[in-house]
Amino acid sequence: MDGDIRHNSYDDGSEDVLTGEQSIRNFNINFGPQHPAAHGVLRMVLELDGEIVERADPHIGLLHRGTEKLMESRTYLQNTPYFDRLDYVAPMNQEHAWCLAIEKLTGTAVPRRASIIRVLFSEIGRILNHLLNVTTQAMDVGALTPPLWGFEEREKLMIFYERACGARLHANYFRPGGVHQDLPPALIDDIEIWAKAFPQVLDDIEGLLTENRIFKQRNADICIITEEEISKWGYSGVMVRGSGFAWDLRRAQPYECYDEFDFKIAVGKNGDCYDRYLVRVAEMRESTSIILQACAKLRAPDGQGDILSRGKLTPPKRAEMKTSMEALIHHFKLYTEGFKVPAGEVYAAVEAPKGEFGVYLVADGTNKPYRAKIRAPGYAHLQSIDAVAKGHQLADVSAIIGTMDVVFGEIDR
Amino acid sequence: MSDKLQALADHLAAKRAGDVISTEVVHGELTVTVKAAAIVGFVQFLRDDAECRFTTLVDITAIDWPERVARFDMVWHFLSMWKNQRIRVKAAVAEDEMCPSIVEVYPASNWYEREVFDMFGILFSGHPDLRRLLTDYGFRGHPLRKDFPTTGYIELRYDEVQKRVVYEPVKLAQEYRQFDFLSPWEGAQSVLPGDEKRS
Repeated sequence: MDGDIRHNSYDDGSEDVLTGEQSIRNFNINFGPQHPAAHGVLRMVLELDGEIVERADPHIGLLHRGTEKLMESRTYLQNTPYFDRLDYVAPMNQEHAWCLAIEKLTGTAVPRRASIIRVLFSEIGRILNHLLNVTTQAMDVGALTPPLWGFEEREKLMIFYERACGARLHANYFRPGGVHQDLPPALIDDIEIWAKAFPQVLDDIEGLLTENRIFKQRNADICIITEEEISKWGYSGVMVRGSGFAWDLRRAQPYECYDEFDFKIAVGKNGDCYDRYLVRVAEMRESTSIILQACAKLRAPDGQGDILSRGKLTPPKRAEMKTSMEALIHHFKLYTEGFKVPAGEVYAAVEAPKGEFGVYLVADGTNKPYRAKIRAPGYAHLQSIDAVAKGHQLADVSAIIGTMDVVFGEIDR
Repeated sequence: MSDKLQALADHLAAKRAGDVISTEVVHGELTVTVKAAAIVGFVQFLRDDAECRFTTLVDITAIDWPERVARFDMVWHFLSMWKNQRIRVKAAVAEDEMCPSIVEVYPASNWYEREVFDMFGILFSGHPDLRRLLTDYGFRGHPLRKDFPTTGYIELRYDEVQKRVVYEPVKLAQEYRQFDFLSPWEGAQSVLPGDEKRS
């Protein structure tokens, strides 16, 4: 792009003396990997004409850990924790896809109580993710207070994680055939109390941002996504809904027991960063309502019962192991040899907070996956940044990265 | 759901008889096996045909079967938001063969194909920018091939003396712990120790 890209004449008709001798070269800068708005380890080579982005070339893979390769040498159960480490902002939603894939291939039916617990924690994950995304995106465009408020709520949700499974982040809670442990009644009560109070906090955060002049100036009309771009780049999740398309896997291809829940799908109108912010806030409100419904369902008589479908995929009950030799052997075999999955291939997808998170699993009948491909939503979103950021200002790039909701755990795998 | 997928499979088999090798519906998912050379025309049909409208490319990946003649299986996943259907397209590719790139039809395939090239070493003809994507700059080998060791060949560390990051061949303090827990009792082919005296 070297050469005559500037006009050398001025309003009063005068011209630069040195016309012809000037050669203005575009400026190449490295955005990241240490840039705070790069949301992790993104190195992006930007070619700038003044402040206008001409080309964006993301270099990813700085957090590549070879998850898919590692998974091939571990048993199905040992692989579940790897999914927590993909999108570490909403860990359980990822585990969910893995469990669904195994359950689909083995034909396991999940008990109703486990199914409701999964919905409950998937929605907690959605709020965890959106809280982080909305508030840090606001920080990228200049607001400092929202992340401080948002992280306070995330902290409370992580305590719920901890009380359910013992880990604040890397949960390993969803297991093939159900969930690891039952929820104590006190935890359900506390989640309900939190969910009733949360809309007020959301109002406060919205009060900081929604009508904020600077926030609107930085987000409205930035990175407008059209219908054509959605199909061209394989977008999913909020990137689709922000442009006015009510596409949500929870509704379109219901998994678990989402079809029993009453929730609305938020859609945007203009498809810009601001609309996607509004969609995320509205989704948090819907998730709160799903959490309340799930708590009620967990207390209802038909929501009681076991949380694992007892069989080859799942451990026996602790009490049973004290008296039954077979149960003891089964427990030992399950945690050493693991369970075998019949040969076949399957694709299972969930509506993760960032979009469609899918697992393509090829099993060969042994206790380890032959091949597992993780389809991360952020990967598809990030690769389009060259197309959508072109012509925007340099300062808008951080707003665009924020609105695409990229997390490098899942993109680099 | 399966009926609709079966109808779609029949439609594809009828309309693109020259490309489609086989179709099957398993676990409520439709898998269409096609010839690798015909993939561009086939996915264009999938995108534009009124019965299909698979406008969203979900995923591209490959599977390595080292013992097969055509070593790799390319796998494409598509989604139709209009018809609310999914489809999986597979094609076998040999190690010395090139697979046509579908980047002209689905621009989203750009990174997915780069990743497959990076991980499996499959070359895509017609791809505009086939660089490595996920591995390190200057990396050698294709990690997701089955003959690539999980530990890799090189490791890097910060050298206190040279004050920089250095690359070295992998040195393992102990053997990589690859336990085979598969039960020797179920369907065992081998003769167990002591049994050879019996006959």
